[in-house]
Amino acid sequence: MRIEYFQLIDRVADLNLSDLTIRAEATVPTESTIFEGHFPGRPLMPGVLLVECMAQASGWLIIARTHFERMPFLAALKEVKLRSFVTPGQALTVSAKLVHEGSGFAVTEAEISAEGKTICNADITFRVVDFPKGEFLASMQDVARRIALPMEAIAHG
Amino acid sequence: MSSTFDTVANIIAETCDIQRDTIKPESHAIDDLGIDSLDFLDIAFAIDKAFGIKLPLEQWTQEVNDGKATTEQYFVLKNLCARIDDLVAAKGR
Repeated sequence: MRIEYFQLIDRVADLNLSDLTIRAEATVPTESTIFEGHFPGRPLMPGVLLVECMAQASGWLIIARTHFERMPFLAALKEVKLRSFVTPGQALTVSAKLVHEGSGFAVTEAEISAEGKTICNADITFRVVDFPKGEFLASMQDVARRIALPMEAIAHG
Repeated sequence: MSSTFDTVANIIAETCDIQRDTIKPESHAIDDLGIDSLDFLDIAFAIDKAFGIKLPLEQWTQEVNDGKATTEQYFVLKNLCARIDDLVAAKGR
């Protein structure tokens, strides 16, 4: 995780545009100023960042599905359950499935697991708008390459 | 089998916590029932699932913004239900 940049996905391990699923890896950093405050002597990954992590995995799935033509923005959360504490250095698997593509919105079911155990899960709604062009698109494509989003599969998906 | 209006009214009542008996065919979803755009996403999701369609919300919004249509044409419930019926019929063709 590049937690200071709010880029929480390290690597896309699997993208399936037939099943509309994504699986990604995200390792919590061992050190961050966040852990100095949350909490002193008992560092824990904040739950809101776990939610953001699920949203980002879902977001990459939607971006891949729409071939970088549409950009999702977090709009609503339902059935959010934070089941276990997450600590610095923990390796997480972030999964999401696109369950509905509406007109201007999309809904995913997402979860984070570690060592086969579910850490948290949520149903997430996104507003989906035309992808901003120019520098924004280029920077998002750079991030996509860094996290190994399979651009070839997207281009031919 | 419940009517399109009954299904839509039940969805709105459950999604937005609005008393079912206050929801009428003449109700304007936005002006009368106070449903905002975010809540309407939940309603659209439920309608899409219930009827197996995709409400063209972006197209409707664009038409309203361009002055080519009024919100009443899409968001007064009896009109919304007529559009849903059209979409369901089109799906079967």
